[in-house]
Amino acid sequence: MELLGISLDHPASYWDIWSWVAVSYPNLIMIVVMLALFVLALVLPFPGGKDES
Amino acid sequence: MSHGTEAPPGADFEPTTWTGSARKKWMSTLPPEKMLPETQPSYVASWIYVFGMLTIVAMIIAIVSGVIITLGGVQWFHESSIGKFSNSLHYWSVQLFFLFMVVHLWGKYWMAAWRGKRALTWATGVLAFLTAVGVGFTGYVITTNFNAQWIAFEAKDVMNAIGVGSVFNVTNLGQMVTFHVAPLPVALVLIVAAHVLLVRKHGVVPPIDAIDHDAAAPAATETAEVAS
Repeated sequence: MELLGISLDHPASYWDIWSWVAVSYPNLIMIVVMLALFVLALVLPFPGGKDES
Repeated sequence: MSHGTEAPPGADFEPTTWTGSARKKWMSTLPPEKMLPETQPSYVASWIYVFGMLTIVAMIIAIVSGVIITLGGVQWFHESSIGKFSNSLHYWSVQLFFLFMVVHLWGKYWMAAWRGKRALTWATGVLAFLTAVGVGFTGYVITTNFNAQWIAFEAKDVMNAIGVGSVFNVTNLGQMVTFHVAPLPVALVLIVAAHVLLVRKHGVVPPIDAIDHDAAAPAATETAEVAS
C-alpha cells in the first residue's frame, strides 16, 4: 500500500448515505468487489465449458 | 456378494461388527465414485460454482498461517519480516475467505440450493457462516489495538444483553485467544467437512433451468472435467 501512496494508518473515512446510515469506504469497496465478482461469475464463459444447445 | 444386487459394490455384505456396519453404511451413502468423482455435470462448468472451493482454499491458508504465527509468537510476527508477512497472509486470507463465502452464498441462494433434499447441506452452510463470524470476531478482539478494544467493549454489551457475558467474556484476552485458536476453528473445519460430504452425497445442485436429464443424475452423461 505504501508503494501505491495509500496510508492505512488512520481511521477509515465514511460515506454518509443518510444521517442514520454510514458505510466505511473499505467496507464499501468490499461490497462492490463482491457484487462485481458475482455478476462476472454469471456472465463470463468458463474455460473448457460447453455451450448449451 | 451373495446378498442381492441392490447394494452398491463394497456394501453388499452382512456386517457382524460395528466397524463392518459403519463401512457398509459409509459405502452405501458415499461410495468412492461419489466421494471422489472424476467428472461433474456440465452445468458445473461455470465460474459461480468455483467460489465454494475458493472459500475452502482461503480457509486452509488462514489456518496454516494462523498456526505459523501462533507458533512464532506475538513479538515474532510483529517484528520479523517473515513474521509480518505471515501475519498479513493470515489477515488477507481471512478477508478473501469471507469475500468468497459471501459470493458463494449469493450464488447458492439465487439457485435455491436447498432443492433436491439438500436442506441439511444448506443448513450446514449457514452454520459454517455463523461459526466463521465467531472465529473472525475473536480474531479481531485479540489484536489488542484501539480498534480491538472498541469492538470488544461494544460487543460485551451485546453478550451481557443475551446473557452469556459471564461465560463468553469478550474483554478477557486469554479467553478470546483460546476460543480463536482452538474450539471455534476446529468446529468450523468439522462443519465445513460435513458440508462438503453432504455436497458429495447429494451432488452439486443443478441450476433451476437445467435440462432434466442433466439435473436428474449427478453423474450424468453430459459431463465436464472440472472441480466443484
